Amino acid sequence: MTLDIRLPLGAFFALLGALLTAYGAATLGEPATAPTGVPIDLVWGAVLLAFGFGLLALVRRGR
Amino acid sequence: MLLYFAFVLGIGATLRRYVHTSEDFFLSGRSIPAWVTGLAFISANLGAQEVIGMGASGAKYGIATSHFYWVGAIPAMIFLGLFMMPFYYGSRARSVPEYLRLRFDEKTRAVNAVSFAVMTVFSSGISLYAMGKLLNLLLGWSFDASILVAACVVLVYIFLGGLTSAIYNEVLQFFLIVLGFAPLVLLGLRAVGGWPGLSARLAEHATARGFAAGAYTRSWAFMGHAAANPVGVEWFGLVMGLGFVLSFGYWCTDFLVVQRAMAANSMTAARRTPLIAAVPKMLFPFLVIVPGMLALVVSPTSGVRNAGPAAAATITSTTATNLPQPPPTSAPASGVVPPKLDRRTGAPLHDAAGRVVLDYDLATPMLLVTFFPAGLLGLGLTALLASFMSGMAGNVTAFNTVWTYDLYQSYLRRAAPDSHYLAMGRYATIVGVVISIAAAYVAASFNNIMDFLQLVFAFVNAPLFATFALGMFWKRATGHGAFAGLLAGTLAAAAHHGLSLPVGATVGVKGGYLGSLTTYPSELAQTFWTAIVAWTACFVVTILVSLVTRPRAPDDLPGLVWGLTPKPTDPTLRWYQRPAALAVLVLAFTLALNLVFF
Repeated sequence: MTLDIRLPLGAFFALLGALLTAYGAATLGEPATAPTGVPIDLVWGAVLLAFGFGLLALVRRGR
Repeated sequence: MLLYFAFVLGIGATLRRYVHTSEDFFLSGRSIPAWVTGLAFISANLGAQEVIGMGASGAKYGIATSHFYWVGAIPAMIFLGLFMMPFYYGSRARSVPEYLRLRFDEKTRAVNAVSFAVMTVFSSGISLYAMGKLLNLLLGWSFDASILVAACVVLVYIFLGGLTSAIYNEVLQFFLIVLGFAPLVLLGLRAVGGWPGLSARLAEHATARGFAAGAYTRSWAFMGHAAANPVGVEWFGLVMGLGFVLSFGYWCTDFLVVQRAMAANSMTAARRTPLIAAVPKMLFPFLVIVPGMLALVVSPTSGVRNAGPAAAATITSTTATNLPQPPPTSAPASGVVPPKLDRRTGAPLHDAAGRVVLDYDLATPMLLVTFFPAGLLGLGLTALLASFMSGMAGNVTAFNTVWTYDLYQSYLRRAAPDSHYLAMGRYATIVGVVISIAAAYVAASFNNIMDFLQLVFAFVNAPLFATFALGMFWKRATGHGAFAGLLAGTLAAAAHHGLSLPVGATVGVKGGYLGSLTTYPSELAQTFWTAIVAWTACFVVTILVSLVTRPRAPDDLPGLVWGLTPKPTDPTLRWYQRPAALAVLVLAFTLALNLVFF
């Protein structure tokens, strides 16, 4: 099997993370966006973005 | 969600180029690395039952639900990796029923193939039903259209890429579910003051229901007596029924999960597959059970939305508007878990004691709606959708393999070219999805489908595990013995179920149809004991019939029976990469988790 699954996975989560981060930044401070005081869209978007890029970095290193 | 669907279909289209033979389609050409098959191994089981069902059980039974993992799944996965996988992988059988043919005979295989095929489409139908409800809720499509669209997406990606496509998507679904639910647990715990806060609130709930304060947050302390814990079962029934029979029966013989390990690229990778899978699996209670426990105690106003009755009605409804608003819940300690509504009148249901019956299945979805703002809610709901698709795709790929290899090739058309079986696998995928659609409508007409499914496992998987245990470890076991044992086990399960009833249940699908000899504190306790009876009957009858029938010559059994098969060795691996070392590590961590939450 020649398709390294980390490549599409990394791309998927990086894209998803970028979308969520942008949405979180655009709605920052608006009502009903920060459960328990955490702007979670922005924070978790960054986590997904980092995870996606982490996987892509692993693919690059493996080549 | 659109991104997710694009990815899922893209994977199928990309992998189509690599599928040339039936083995590519059904077993991925045995070419996938262990970490991928390991994640697919748990993801295939990560369906609606797991994500919704374990959340529901977390709310209903508390941390004791973790026994499904720390007593049940993990030891069984270790046993599969260390002792059973050498036979599955080494015998070159293409399916679990095919192993039964090689070890025993055609009739034993036929019984297993038919019962397994029925079970897979039934499970797949439940996932499809849950998926249809979710799409209906999110996009406002009719229930019929939602089911059709969901079925088409699953059909296309399996049709194109076969098992590899299913496995690759399962890996995506694994990460999506972990990353989609982790923030839910973090936010929920933050809202209640961490684990100490959750324990304190659940202590109030426990005492209100007549249990000791720690009954929902300690997994073993109250297992001495069935009446002292919310599960309604004592330690022996738990360890034997769930830990030994049901869990080993499911994880070691169910082709749906074993198929993932059989796709691995070497014997060592196949053995490591369930062991690698056990590492995240042992942490899953925090991801899927804790949300249910949180849902029971968080304040409906502690998140970004007030998860009051109106939100519950929206989620409960299949057409979003056809149910009247329920009255405000009168149960003070139910958190965001809504009352179960009568589907005809829309009024909350009450049990025999007059208490409001809670709709535990909605515990996790309601917590999502309470805590996630718009952006993350999309991710959370996509993760839920992914779990349903994962459950359905897993069942459909297992169904097409068993149908093509174990029924069609064995009994209908024996000597066709490989391309014919590849085409048949694709047709079987279509048929499997069509039957799943029918099963989804059957599921919609039941209100206790999960209880029913557990019971089916007790009838089918529990006796099967006795057959496998004797087949793999006792060379004297015969085909006639295995066949008679399987029938006796299933009949004994039916007899036990027919003569017992859970407290408060009515005679019918929950038992008692042969008379009421005994009652159990809960459905789960009844299921555990049904499984124990089924396993014991199969075990004893297989031994007795084997002793009076002629065994196969030992020369026929290498690769099929322990003791006649060379032990697998891994001389090229470092000590910590070997399956046995991995198993010890996993077992030690599982023991530690049991002690921490004792």
